[in-house]
Amino acid sequence: MSLNPEQKIQFSPMHRLQWEEAQQKDVILYPEGMVELNQSSAEILKLCDGTRNLDQLVADLEEKFATTGLKNDISGFLEVALGNGWIQQN
Amino acid sequence: MAGSNKTNITPPRWLLAELTYKCPLQCPYCSNPLDYVKHSNEISTDDWKRVLSEARKMGAVQLGFSGGEPLTRQDLPELVQHARQLGYYSNLITSGYGLTEEKIIQLKEAGLDHIQVSIQASTQDLNDHIAGTESFHSKQEVARLVKKHGYPMVLCVVIHRENIHQMADILAMTEELGADYVELANTQYYGWAHANRDLLMPTQEQYLEAEEIAQAFKEKVAGKMKIYYVVPDFHEDRPKACMNGWGTTFLTIAPDGVALPCHSARELPGLDCPNVNDASIAEIWHESKAFNFFRGNEWMQEPCKSCDEKDKDFGGCRCQAYLLTGDMYKTDPVCSKSPDRHIITEAIESARQSALASDEKPLIFRNSKNSKAY
Repeated sequence: MSLNPEQKIQFSPMHRLQWEEAQQKDVILYPEGMVELNQSSAEILKLCDGTRNLDQLVADLEEKFATTGLKNDISGFLEVALGNGWIQQN
Repeated sequence: MAGSNKTNITPPRWLLAELTYKCPLQCPYCSNPLDYVKHSNEISTDDWKRVLSEARKMGAVQLGFSGGEPLTRQDLPELVQHARQLGYYSNLITSGYGLTEEKIIQLKEAGLDHIQVSIQASTQDLNDHIAGTESFHSKQEVARLVKKHGYPMVLCVVIHRENIHQMADILAMTEELGADYVELANTQYYGWAHANRDLLMPTQEQYLEAEEIAQAFKEKVAGKMKIYYVVPDFHEDRPKACMNGWGTTFLTIAPDGVALPCHSARELPGLDCPNVNDASIAEIWHESKAFNFFRGNEWMQEPCKSCDEKDKDFGGCRCQAYLLTGDMYKTDPVCSKSPDRHIITEAIESARQSALASDEKPLIFRNSKNSKAY
């Protein structure tokens, strides 16, 4: 399973992404587990709302952080996220 | 007591809310205390709400509603709703017995995140025998309804000598039911399972064969289903890192409001486990004798004390050390470095002899009548 650059990306309805005040971190929650996210991973996942494909997501993040050249990092993380079932496409 | 460096206390992350010891099932490996009837009084809805609020404030986020059978508490939807409002990720750990579609919808609306249904075997006869209650078909129906209503579906099967030969069929059943997660929990020998150990413990050969089947299945369904395999620690040569370290991560509240560093800790002598009626969760977590008892590693004896793996497995399980050696400070006998390892070897051999015997004694089922004997 690998990322389709054309298709929109959506956060998995079987997981929950939320800010944890006590940890000062965003986390992914799922049965029997929790993943703590660093800020950049959390920013990527928050944009996975089913309205953007890879290029749109990269463009929005590059604009938000006023930078360029993020595509490799973002697609690398999204491949990991897809493999873990945190995001989906269809 | 061992004492600890209080500046290093991490907040609880997982809260296990054992709402009740009442249960329609009688599984002979139940982890509830043998004498659970002595602790049958239950704290109120308001007490539970306060516990949930206080633990959440400290940082607890994973919440299990467990028991006994948590569905026997009529205030379950109210507690689920309270938990959701606080931001918990909540899990109903249920036998599925008596869980109607109406209730599944009601709990979903209240904000329950997932449901873990236990199934005892892949066949009706064996499931109903182990559960001590006719429940196989209703469990399968509940599993389908859980899926239908969009919950991540977790099936939990406790593995022991009476069902380990069904491993392949059990896995096929979980796939057919559409499980997203499967917990294959090799029996841990506490509570009722300890009392029934000779009858429940599989042989080494059975474990190895079952593990191979489970591993192959895990690879086959990778990306589709997640398999959690709880290792049979008697057949390992290092102990489990019990509770991720005492008083570091896990908080259990028993039905009567007793706060426990692990769900078996009530069995340990001299801990004076605190009650939520007498102290706040923050006081219990930080100040109580019980939660500080085995924090850190100053309490350790040899061979743990000088072991370079002590920060990895924390000396193993305190309850297991106590149950098997009578001394809760000792190295978990599962460890091959433990001078008590022979106890494990003897237990495995004793179970093997019991399996071969023609006059094997019957299982002691977990029910009120049997509990009164302890």
